[in-house]
Amino acid sequence: MAAPLLDVDGLSLEFRTRSGVVKALEDVSFQVAKGEILGLVGESGSGKSVSAYAAMGILDAAGCVTAGAIRYDGMAVTGAPEREVAKLRGREMAMIFQSPRTALNPIRTVGDQIGDVLRRHGGATRQTARARAVEALAQVRIPDPARRARAYPFELSGGMCQRVCIAMALACRPKLLICDEPTTGLDVTTQAAIMALIVELCRERGMGALLITHDLHLAAETCDRIAVMHAGHVVETGAAADLFAQPRHPYTASLIAATPAAGRTLDAIGAIPGNLPDLRAALPPCRYRARCPRALGVCDADPLPPLGSGHGVRCHNPLGCNPMGEEATVDHAAA
Amino acid sequence: MAEALRKPFGGHFLYVLRENPVTVLAFAMLCVILFAAAFGPMLAPYDPLASNAMNALRPPSAAHWFGTDHLGRDVFSRVLVATRLDLAISVAAVALSFVVGSTLGSLAGFYGGWVDAVIGRITDTIMAFPLFVLAMGIVAVLGNSVENIVYATAVVNLPFYIRVARAEVSVRRTAGYVEAARLAGNSEARVLALTIFPNILPPMMVQISLNLGWAILNAAGLSFIGLGVRPPTPEWGIMVAEGATYIISGEWWLALFPGAALMLAVFCFNLLGDGLRDLIDPRKRT
Amino acid sequence: MAASRLGIVARRVGGAIPSLVGVVVVTFVLTRSLPGDPAVYFAGLMADAESIAATRARLGLDRTWIEQFVSYVERLFAGDWGVSLQTGRPVLTELSQRLPASLELTLAGLLFAIGVAVPLGVLAATRPNSWVDHLCRVVVTAGVSLPTFFTGLFLVYLFYFLAGVAPSPLGRLDFIYFSPPHVTGFYTIDTALAGDWWTFRGALAQLVLPALTLGLFALAPIARMTRASMLAALSADFVRTATAMGLSRRKVLWTYAFGNAFLPVLTTLGMVFSFLLGANVLVERVFSWPGVGSFAIDALVASDYAAVQGFVLAMALLFVAVNLLIDVIYTLVDPRVGLEG
Repeated sequence: MAAPLLDVDGLSLEFRTRSGVVKALEDVSFQVAKGEILGLVGESGSGKSVSAYAAMGILDAAGCVTAGAIRYDGMAVTGAPEREVAKLRGREMAMIFQSPRTALNPIRTVGDQIGDVLRRHGGATRQTARARAVEALAQVRIPDPARRARAYPFELSGGMCQRVCIAMALACRPKLLICDEPTTGLDVTTQAAIMALIVELCRERGMGALLITHDLHLAAETCDRIAVMHAGHVVETGAAADLFAQPRHPYTASLIAATPAAGRTLDAIGAIPGNLPDLRAALPPCRYRARCPRALGVCDADPLPPLGSGHGVRCHNPLGCNPMGEEATVDHAAA
Repeated sequence: MAEALRKPFGGHFLYVLRENPVTVLAFAMLCVILFAAAFGPMLAPYDPLASNAMNALRPPSAAHWFGTDHLGRDVFSRVLVATRLDLAISVAAVALSFVVGSTLGSLAGFYGGWVDAVIGRITDTIMAFPLFVLAMGIVAVLGNSVENIVYATAVVNLPFYIRVARAEVSVRRTAGYVEAARLAGNSEARVLALTIFPNILPPMMVQISLNLGWAILNAAGLSFIGLGVRPPTPEWGIMVAEGATYIISGEWWLALFPGAALMLAVFCFNLLGDGLRDLIDPRKRT
Repeated sequence: MAASRLGIVARRVGGAIPSLVGVVVVTFVLTRSLPGDPAVYFAGLMADAESIAATRARLGLDRTWIEQFVSYVERLFAGDWGVSLQTGRPVLTELSQRLPASLELTLAGLLFAIGVAVPLGVLAATRPNSWVDHLCRVVVTAGVSLPTFFTGLFLVYLFYFLAGVAPSPLGRLDFIYFSPPHVTGFYTIDTALAGDWWTFRGALAQLVLPALTLGLFALAPIARMTRASMLAALSADFVRTATAMGLSRRKVLWTYAFGNAFLPVLTTLGMVFSFLLGANVLVERVFSWPGVGSFAIDALVASDYAAVQGFVLAMALLFVAVNLLIDVIYTLVDPRVGLEG
C-alpha cells in the first residue's frame, strides 16, 4: 500500500477547560488512502469530530495535542505553523458539516461564498469567480445553477444547502474530503441523494474521504473501511464487510446489535448498558471496561494491545478467539 | 415559586460570589450607601446648609475633608446628606415603574389580544422619544418639583418593565405548573397573581437593579439642568452644577466629590445588577 | 430582487407612521396639560388680554379637544410651533437655527464612540480573557456608570485647567474667529468647504472635548453589544465552515463574522442615539454649546412652554427618523428581513 493520504498516528489530545482536563483522544490511529472512503463510527462524544477537526487544524484554542501526529500526504499537520495548515484547507483537504443551513453565511449569496473559496485557492479573480461558482454548483447537480448562485441560504432547502457546501468544498479539487455527519438534519430521501452524490464525486475524482457518522447502515453501505471509536479510543478497524460480518471488539458487536434494521423487532434491538465514561476523571486502560460484559482481570492492569494492521482490534478479550464464547456476549448486549 | 425552589439557591449564591468577587465589592458598596442614606444627617460633621463666607472655596483639609464650596459650606457633609434624597428619588421612581410596569406587562403577556395591542402601543410611543428629553418635557408640564422628577423618571422607565414582564409572563402562560393551578380550580386572575407573577420576580429584580443606576443618573441629570431639587438643598446633581462654574478656575473639589459619589452609586447598582443576573440566569452572562 | 427590496424599504417607512402619530399625540397632550391657560404661554411675553383672546381663538382652545388636535396637527405641518417666550421669535426658527450645532456634536460623539467601541468589542471577542477583553469589560461597566455632565467637567479640568491644551469650554468657536459661511451648519464641514483651515482648527478644538464626553457615554453599550454579538458570530457554524474552507483570517473575521455581528450592533445604535439626544442636553450645558439643548434648558427655567414642547417634539421626530434610517439600513444589509416568515 502506498503512503496514506491522511495518517493519524497515535494521536492524544486534551481540552483544558475550567472544569478540568478532558482527555478527548488517546492513542488514536487511522489512515485514509487515496481514493478510499473511511468511515469513523461511534456514539456522540466518542471523539469522531474532534479527530476530524484536529486533522483540519480547526480545533478551538482549548484543544491541545499531547502525543502523536497527523500527517497529510507526508506533511505534518500537528505542530506545523497555522499559516502552512491554512494553505491545505480548502485546497488539499476540505470539510462539510452537519446542519448545512447554519453552516453557510446567512447574509451572503451562496455564489459569493463559493467565489470566496475560489478566489482564495483557485486563482479566480473577482470577475471569474461568479462564473466558476456557477460551474461548481452545476457539478453537484444543482438545477439552474446560475439562478441559485444568487440565492441566500435561507432561500434554499437543507438538501440544497448541503449541495452548496459540497460544491464549495470541492470547488478547488481537494484530494481529501472530510464529511462530519453530512446527512444529519436532512430528511430521509434527501439523505440518500446527498450520500450518493458524495460517493459518486469521490469515485469520479479518486478523492479520499473520511465519513463521520453514527449511522452504521450508512457506513456499511458507503465505506471501504471502518474505524470504530469509543470514548476517545479507536477500538477496532477493518474492511467494512469484515467488520460488520465478524465484529471482534465487544463494543462493535454491541453497536451492531443496537442498530435498528428491517425485520428486527424493538425487543431485539439492544441498548448498550452504561454511558460513555467521564473523560475528565482518571480512566482505566480500557475505557470500555465499565460497560464491557467480557472484561477480564487483565483489562484493569495492562495497557491496551496495539491496533495492528488489517482487521485490528484493541481488546484483551476480543470476540472470535476467546475463552468466553461469543454468543453469550451478544445475548448480553441484546438483553 | 415552583421554579425558584427547585434550585439549590444558597449554594448557587455562594458559587456566584466566589466566581465573581466584584459582586461582593458591589454588595459592600451598597451597604455603605444604605448606611449613609440612613444615618447621613447624624454623621455629617457640619450643618450642610450653614454658610460661612469667611471660609469659602477652601480645598480639602483635615477639617473639611472634601473642602468647602463658594458659600463656605462643608462639601463632605453635603455629599453625605444628599445620599438619602438621591436614593429616595430613584428608589421611588423605580418602585413606581416596577408596580405599574409589571402589572401592565403581566396583563399584556397573559391576556394577549387587544390588551396586549394597547399596552404595546403605549410602550412603543414612550420608546419613540429620547427618554431623557421626554422626562424633561413631563417635568415642564407637571411643574418643577422633586415629586414630578419621580413621576417623570418612572414614566420613562415604564417600557423596560412592561417588556420584561410581558415576555416572562407569556412564556409561562402555558407552563405545566400554571395548567395545574388552573385545573385546581383557580380563576385566571388568581393564577396570574399567585402562580405566574411570583415566578417573574427574579428577572424583574435584575431589571430593577440595572435600572436603579440609570434612574439615579436620570434624576441627577434633571437636577443638574435646574429641574426638581432647588438650592440650597444638598443633592449630587445640583452640587455638580454649582461646582461647574468653579472648575474653570481650578476649584475642582466642588464638583468632583458629589460627582464621584454619584458615579460610585450608579456603578454599585450596575455591578449588583450584573451579579444578580449571573445569579438568576447564568446563561445570559457576557 | 432589487424591486422587492425597495418595496420592503417602503413598508419600513410606512411602519414609522404609528410612532409619528404617537409622538404627535403625546406632545399634544403635554401641551394641553399645562398648568393654567395655554393661551397665555402661546401668546408670548408682550401679550395683553386682547392678544391672549386672539391666541385662544387661533389655537382653538374654545373648541372640543378633537378639533383642537386637528388644528394642532395642521399648525405643526404649517410650521407654526408657537412663539418662544424668551426670544419672541418662532420656536421652529429658533430650533432649526440651533439644530446643526447639536447634530454636529452628537454625530461627532457617535462617530468617536463607534470608532473606538467596535474595534474594541471585536478584539475583545477574538481574544477572550486577554487584556483587551478585560479592558473592554471595564469600559463597558464603567462607561454606563459615568454621569455625562461629570465626565465633561472632569475633562475640562484635566485638559483646560491643568494641561492647558483645550480651549475654554464656551461654545462652538472662540470669539477670535469668524463663523464660517452657512452651508451645512456644521462648523467643521463649513470651514473645510470654505478652505479656512485656521478656523477649522478652532472649530475642531472646541468640538473635541464635548464630543469626547458624549462618545465616552455611548462607548459602553456599543462595545458591549459588539463583543457579545461578535462572540456569538465567531462560534457560529458558518464561521467554522469558512475557516475549514481555508479563507484568510481577515476574511473570516470581517466579512463572515463581523458582517453578521454588525446587525445587532446596528439595532443597538437606535437606543444609543436616544441616550445621546438626552446626554446632549447635559453636555451642551457644561460646554455652553449653543444647540437646541441649551435652548431647551433656558426655556425650562423660564417656563417657556412653547419652546420646551417644540424641543421635545423636534427631538422625538429626529429620533423617529434615526430609527427609520437604521431600519432601512438593516433591510438593505440583511436579505432575510421581510422575506421569511
